[in-house]
Amino acid sequence: MAQSSFIDIITPVMVGPSSSHTAGAVRLGLLARNVYDAKPHKVTFRLYNSYAQTGFGHGTDKGLLAGVLGLSVDDKRIRNVFDLPEAKLIAYKFEYLEDFNRHPNAVDFIFEGDLNMFVAGDSVGAGEVVIRKINDFTVKFTGKFNTLLLVYRDVPGMISRVTKLIQERNINIASLHCDRYAKGEEASMCICLDGELDEQILKLIEGIENLYLVRYVKKLEQ
Amino acid sequence: MIEKDINSFEQLYKACNIANVAIYKVAQTREAYLSEKTEQEVRKTVKRSLDAMKTAIKSGLKSNELSLSGMCGSDCEKLQKRFANKGAIFGKTFEKITTYALATSEENLRMGVIVACPTAGSCGIVPSVLIAAGEDFNISEDEQINALITAGEIGRIISNKVALAGAVAGCQAECGVAAAMAAGALTQMLGGSVRQILNAVALAMKNLLGLTCDPVCGLVEIPCVKRNAFLAIHAVTASELALAGVESKIPLDEVIDALEQTGKLMSPTLKESSQAGLAKTKTAIALENRLFKK
Repeated sequence: MAQSSFIDIITPVMVGPSSSHTAGAVRLGLLARNVYDAKPHKVTFRLYNSYAQTGFGHGTDKGLLAGVLGLSVDDKRIRNVFDLPEAKLIAYKFEYLEDFNRHPNAVDFIFEGDLNMFVAGDSVGAGEVVIRKINDFTVKFTGKFNTLLLVYRDVPGMISRVTKLIQERNINIASLHCDRYAKGEEASMCICLDGELDEQILKLIEGIENLYLVRYVKKLEQ
Repeated sequence: MIEKDINSFEQLYKACNIANVAIYKVAQTREAYLSEKTEQEVRKTVKRSLDAMKTAIKSGLKSNELSLSGMCGSDCEKLQKRFANKGAIFGKTFEKITTYALATSEENLRMGVIVACPTAGSCGIVPSVLIAAGEDFNISEDEQINALITAGEIGRIISNKVALAGAVAGCQAECGVAAAMAAGALTQMLGGSVRQILNAVALAMKNLLGLTCDPVCGLVEIPCVKRNAFLAIHAVTASELALAGVESKIPLDEVIDALEQTGKLMSPTLKESSQAGLAKTKTAIALENRLFKK
């Protein structure tokens, strides 16, 4: 069993009213923003199931937008996020759907801009979240670890090339998740780390051949 | 040696006995070790939660703004007015605990800043007991931090067996566990022994088994807000009994087994799905129709 922490029980300090429907929404927004890592012109939020049904009374829509704008879970401005100047600089819309194959608190982010991107995640309870999908790839990360995300061409040796660079910095890998579209085609890698990557090592990683996308998503502040 | 495999209350009790220290000490040593921080850093994180709890109470006491749904938000004001005119029959500390619990819960539903402890829906219980007793019994900040760590450790061990979520195990696992945590924290603050603390937790928890989660309109408002005030007082009762030497005949770990089993047997309609209980009363349905038409 993974060791639990008592700090998780007496945190987070957050804007109410719901850890899953408000704080979880902010955290999903923050992670999606960091994965996208650009200024979107437009964001479409698709809320599913319980998020769609009870979201308005829990400020779920406000939380999602606040996260995408970079506000933290304890930022008082969340309740008035629609009136913030930052919010007026992007177009956004909310869609409410039902799909029982999805988690009760699932959400899709559809980013449009110079880069288009699809990010999907779930708020799994007590403010904990999981990002499950980026474009067509399944990933799995929670914002509890610094995470390196790569989309690349599925050729032999990619994992070792990347992990070798990480190992050289003496950084431990907490988990590694790979997925691919088909042999020799697009593939994804999601590496959760115990340590931090600096600019220099990220440059080295970006220099590896056959990479389409590199994102370093820092762990969320408690 | 640092004891990190503490997954039951029996293990916690043993670890405290072997080192001859209080629960908070075992907990903060373990936490520091696992998170690769110093004990001072761990306590700093706890202080941040404690400070946020105090701030939430202060803002909650001053506001009567309603929630997004408009269903709740003005009860704390009513309670303060009554106590200003006519004191509570149980005295000053009772007044503080009940108003602080409502202040925090109402602050939560109007999208104020609170501490999920263990959850947002149950956010008023631990702070109201801890801070009201802290003020009235002149408890130092350091000792308040000890008490909050004790509460956190109690919640952590319970959460190893039962997810602290209404959707998984009903309100017994949210407000119920919060009351058990508060009972332990208060017993720690009032100088109780490890054994008395664990008995306080068992007594509080035992008497909340079966509590369902049936929120009206699926929102953290009815009955959640007022329930925080009720269960804060419940925690005090458990603590008083334990400090008097009353023991739970059923050991705490077995009470938690019962909590887990009760959660599993509880109908899904009564676990945060708003398909039964209070959520499907005539009035609740009318409220729902009005709200969702908006």
